[in-house]
Amino acid sequence: MIYKMPSLGADMESGILAEWKAKEGDTLKKGDVIADIETSKGVIEGEVYEDGKVEKIVAKEGVEYPVGTPLAVIRTEKDDDATIKKEIEETIAALSAPSGKEAQPQQEEEAMKTETAAESSASASEVPKSAAEEIFGTPAKAESRAEGERKPEVPVRVRATPLAKKRARELGVDLEELARKVHGKISAKDVEEAAKRMQQKGAVPSASKPDPMRMAIAAAMSRSNAEIPHYYLSTPINMTRALEWLRELNAKRSIKERILPAALMIRAVVKALQAVPELNGFWKEGPIVSPEIHPGIAIARRQGGLITPALIDAHEKNLDETMKALTDLIERTRGGKLTSSQMTRQTITITNLGDLGVEKVYGVIYPPQVALVGFGRIMERPWAEGDAIAVRKVVEASIAGDHRATDGRTGALFLAKLEKLLQKPEDLQ
Amino acid sequence: MKKELTNREAVRMAIDTAMQKDERVFLAGEDVGKYGGSYAVSLGLLEKYGPERIVDTPLSESGFTGMGIGAAMNGMRPIIEIMTVNFSLLALDQIMNNAAHLLHMSGGQYNVPLVIRMVTGAGKQLAAQHSHSLEGWYAHIPGLKILTAATVQDAYDMVHLALADPDPVILFENSLLYNMKGVLDTSAQPLPIGQAKVMREGKDLSIFAYGINLFKALEAAETLAKEGIEAEVVDLRSLRPLDDETIIASVRKTHRVLIVDEGWRSGSISAEIMARINEQAFFELDAPMRRVCSEEVPIPYAKHLEDAAIPSPEKVVDAAKAVMEEA
Repeated sequence: MIYKMPSLGADMESGILAEWKAKEGDTLKKGDVIADIETSKGVIEGEVYEDGKVEKIVAKEGVEYPVGTPLAVIRTEKDDDATIKKEIEETIAALSAPSGKEAQPQQEEEAMKTETAAESSASASEVPKSAAEEIFGTPAKAESRAEGERKPEVPVRVRATPLAKKRARELGVDLEELARKVHGKISAKDVEEAAKRMQQKGAVPSASKPDPMRMAIAAAMSRSNAEIPHYYLSTPINMTRALEWLRELNAKRSIKERILPAALMIRAVVKALQAVPELNGFWKEGPIVSPEIHPGIAIARRQGGLITPALIDAHEKNLDETMKALTDLIERTRGGKLTSSQMTRQTITITNLGDLGVEKVYGVIYPPQVALVGFGRIMERPWAEGDAIAVRKVVEASIAGDHRATDGRTGALFLAKLEKLLQKPEDLQ
Repeated sequence: MKKELTNREAVRMAIDTAMQKDERVFLAGEDVGKYGGSYAVSLGLLEKYGPERIVDTPLSESGFTGMGIGAAMNGMRPIIEIMTVNFSLLALDQIMNNAAHLLHMSGGQYNVPLVIRMVTGAGKQLAAQHSHSLEGWYAHIPGLKILTAATVQDAYDMVHLALADPDPVILFENSLLYNMKGVLDTSAQPLPIGQAKVMREGKDLSIFAYGINLFKALEAAETLAKEGIEAEVVDLRSLRPLDDETIIASVRKTHRVLIVDEGWRSGSISAEIMARINEQAFFELDAPMRRVCSEEVPIPYAKHLEDAAIPSPEKVVDAAKAVMEEA
């Protein structure tokens, strides 16, 4: 089996092979980490999807490879010697060929020589993509990747005057970028001129250096809005009982064991999805319902940006386990240590913008998923009960659905189920 | 009342006025009486006030400075003249250990309202024992106030400011300035001790100077203006206390600093000013600060060597340009 650069999300086009976590001869089980992959979202632990022995590691640490590039060969039970030999040749060829078909797969030794030569040449970091594409078929987008290839940027020493540094902070000018253009010292005048140029270009100062994560989100969301016909539904849910129940439950527990309302909501979404499974899955030239539920939970990173790692196998977890998994997920996100399955296996997205005080969330579906559930802030609101009006804690739950996969009726059924589940929190345990 | 006169005349007039107004004021020092002062500042005063108030002293700096301290502590208002700053070192024990510290060491019971005038600076081929600028040393000492007059107005005002101060004040008079003419307005409110004065406005760099070097800086600023560099020139006036406020305000305006100081570079007042700017306005700086100081040698006798050793308008221009180019 060939281990390829994994696609850690629809928006990923390439990744840097940061570090091999296994060496040749190691036996790995499904789910074991073989390598750390650096993406715009941080360092992700790349897992293997089958049991096997690491036969040959070919890809180099610190090099950026397009998604789908063969990186290593793993011998699984069903692989025979011939298959392995062929796979090794293919992998080496894919990584060493200067371009496409010109490089004939040769004897392993020969190929290694070629690779060494390529490595020592100036373009060592450039990955010959065409071979990989020819043989294994990388995503179409990888072609346009060539010019976006990470240039080996030499770190520059910024020699700016104190005033220039101050002005740069005020005007949002990137001194490092400026240092590449200005020879010698950067003065306040250089910064001011750079700021003026930025304004003339109509760019917001802070946009001078696009955050790769922002660009990744931008690509995914543009695709979503262009391809997915969204429908939106929302309904207010009375959370009074659920919160009261949680309060009583938590009162008996140590701080570590307490359950956050978010966990309860995730649990409710998962149970509602079991009743309305059409919303849990993908659109790939047709609707695919996922038998497993791996909700992607929107989590803000410390350094900015948002990630939606999967809470794996949420359907098999009770409330306590859900809370535990959520805590783990947040810690991993903030610590930059998510696994590749957490990055890739989301079947639906749950976003909760309640802490920012918004009332309703109408999300944008993360392709190829078909739905996104949003929660607003839990607010005290006038609430009619029978003939009386009372003040109740209410949350606005919403769903954004892919109209190709489901209709509004499916979404409505889901919200109705969700509402019902949150009225009986004890059943969510 | 406005009139044009020399620096020498302004100082003499100030002493004269003070002696007329206040019987406690007297002048003592080497050759101040019959000779009229080695720089002729006190010429004619002996005839006017007699030997009890214009006192010729022996060559004994420590002795007559100590006498001045004792007189001040006992209610008099002595003006002690020391021929040059080099000789003042003979009186340094009196100036620092007594004059400067008595208020503190008496627990605030004894002020020492002593005025010491001393001549400073090079440029008259008087060689290493008559030519140094040790104002920075004195500005190091807490308990003293250090004033450096550059203009005729200050030469006059500072004598009065010093006499009015309850604590020891040292007036540094540059020998080359005595013949320089200027306009004195005796009715003007004197600028207080501890306040610097912007002598020329500019936006490109701040030049800080005092005494005769103020005029070198102003001359340099003229030259720089012709080349499109607008220098702001600040007369420090008071070296202790230093006017941080005016200094920093100027730095905030121009973002570039040049200091002209006839003292030796190492451990000089210019070093102190740089340190303060660094402490208070680092992020206002758009170029490394520079200074023009004296070469670190005893000031030579030979004219061309003396000229080469001390600040000149040309050196100031060059340094200013270097600051501008570095930004």
